[in-house]
Amino acid sequence: MGDLKLMKGNEALSEAMIRAGCDAYFGYPITPQSEVLEYLAREASQRTGMVVLQAESEVAAINMIYGAAGAGRRVMTTSSSPGISLMQEGLSYIASAELPCLLANVVRGGPGLGTIQPSQADYFQSVKGGGHGDYKLIVLAPSSVQEMVDFVKLGFELGEKYRNPVMILTDGAIGQMMEKVVLFEQMPRKTEFPDWATTGKKPGKDRNYITSLHIQSEKMEEINLRLQAKYKEIEKNEIRYQAVNLDDAEYVFTGFGLVARICIKAMEMARAKGYKVGVIRPITVFPFPTQVYADIAPQLKGILDVEMNAGQMVEDVRLSVNGATKVEFYGRMGGMIPSPEEILENFERIYIKGETK
Amino acid sequence: MSERTYVDIEAELTDQPINFDEDICLAENVVYVKPQTLIDIPMHYCPGCGHSTAHKILMEVVDEMGIQEEIIGVAPVGCSVFAYHYMNVDMQEAAHGRACAVATGIKRIMPEKYVFTYQGDGDLAAIGTAETVHAANRGENILVVFINNGIYGMTSGQMAPTTLPGMVTTTSPYGRDVKTQGHPLYISNLLANLPGVAYVSRHSVHTPNNVRKAKKSLAKALEYQKQGLGFCLVEIVTNCPSNWKMTPKQSNQFVEEKMIPFYPLGDIKVPEGK
Repeated sequence: MGDLKLMKGNEALSEAMIRAGCDAYFGYPITPQSEVLEYLAREASQRTGMVVLQAESEVAAINMIYGAAGAGRRVMTTSSSPGISLMQEGLSYIASAELPCLLANVVRGGPGLGTIQPSQADYFQSVKGGGHGDYKLIVLAPSSVQEMVDFVKLGFELGEKYRNPVMILTDGAIGQMMEKVVLFEQMPRKTEFPDWATTGKKPGKDRNYITSLHIQSEKMEEINLRLQAKYKEIEKNEIRYQAVNLDDAEYVFTGFGLVARICIKAMEMARAKGYKVGVIRPITVFPFPTQVYADIAPQLKGILDVEMNAGQMVEDVRLSVNGATKVEFYGRMGGMIPSPEEILENFERIYIKGETK
Repeated sequence: MSERTYVDIEAELTDQPINFDEDICLAENVVYVKPQTLIDIPMHYCPGCGHSTAHKILMEVVDEMGIQEEIIGVAPVGCSVFAYHYMNVDMQEAAHGRACAVATGIKRIMPEKYVFTYQGDGDLAAIGTAETVHAANRGENILVVFINNGIYGMTSGQMAPTTLPGMVTTTSPYGRDVKTQGHPLYISNLLANLPGVAYVSRHSVHTPNNVRKAKKSLAKALEYQKQGLGFCLVEIVTNCPSNWKMTPKQSNQFVEEKMIPFYPLGDIKVPEGK
């Protein structure tokens, strides 16, 4: 049993990073996640000898991650939307070179400089690749401060298992809000490193080199096929979701992260009014829990997908049900958070009264 | 085994054929060997290009210091993107311009190892300027080998940050006009002003004497890294016969007559007391 504490999401994530035996953090300040670098600067190196470095930019930070990840270390960075955009180049290289690393996107409203308020508008960027080329991150979407802690540990494990970058896709609200959390015990830092790591050539063995460059098309296609096979394997093994009240459900509210919690509240209010509503919350948004939607679709009158964006995950929900049921969307943008009342009202408008806006 | 000289061997020639392994290749007779840490395969560099010489002397230094198993290199994007095909040490291939950030990640996590980047002028002084300047300013204890040939070689001959004024490239077809295309960037001199920088020295590899000096400079820089003195940069002013549209000989003359007067050779900054 670990410690029970009242913590802010960003600080809980930072504490989890230290306790997970993280070797290095490279980051750049950006609201609403600057507490991460501050917390680590205060705590990390004193406690575990972890390297904490404020980089000159997110571009540099992600490339420092590339270097240290290439040396087989457990490494993490965090940022928020505009900073994550700057990291896309590095992430593409990291995904191609198959280096494990963990990053968190504490999403804020965009596009552009946008706002510092919470948003989910980086869904496409996170789950469809983000940078150039065909690649995927494993993407975990926490909906509580507790999951900010749990997903750090899980994220490192998944990254190392698949040699793949992992993203915690969270938002400014979860980053800033305080909740009680159970922290896991301090784990030791690694003392042995993978045989592919660039830690200095081993006697009698070939040198290791890490690259994403394969000039011959045949070779580059082979690399792509290997990556795609890996993503299939991840889809087979790592899907995680939360399903609530699906047994008798005629309708489903669906959303990820923060919105899923609001959907559960809206579901309770809907049930009190006699509507048979369930909730599906994807925990992994890549790999996406397609099957749960496909399986439930035939029994439903409709799905209401709710997001803090203009409708991004809704495309994956529609692909999952493949026309078997109606999928409608309700969203807020620019840092606005939908209320449970608002979700219920829009559910009734669309599905009960049959109105369109 | 008795000590034999070439005179002795010559005397025996009439009687028996030379056994190369035993007779000629005596350790005491060796005047030159390829560095062991340089992989023995054909290089993709153009005939006469300075990269191969720069690779060779860097690997000679690694051999002479006996640090093949303690050094990690970072390759750039540019002509030397395949440096890891030739250097038999652990290496990482960085995104264009990001070598100093990648090297920072490696060095911070393994301060006991030697870390170097090998970068061209476009990589280091255009797209990677921020990463280079900040790694230098933090005094990252790494070696940067900076190859300055004043042109983008891999993309076949565009203007580089170090292209000389008036120099014709595919993107300065009427010669570099400093009024509209900017001045050549004296990146080494700029970096030498930063307190985190321990050693900056400029060399060339267009004559045997200059090759020797450049090699000495690389050895010094790695020695300073061992002592933890901070950021070291060795600039090598060199040629690009293919994209300068010259023969190798003409290109070396151009280095001598045009490049070196603009980028004078020698130490720009040395550590205190060295």
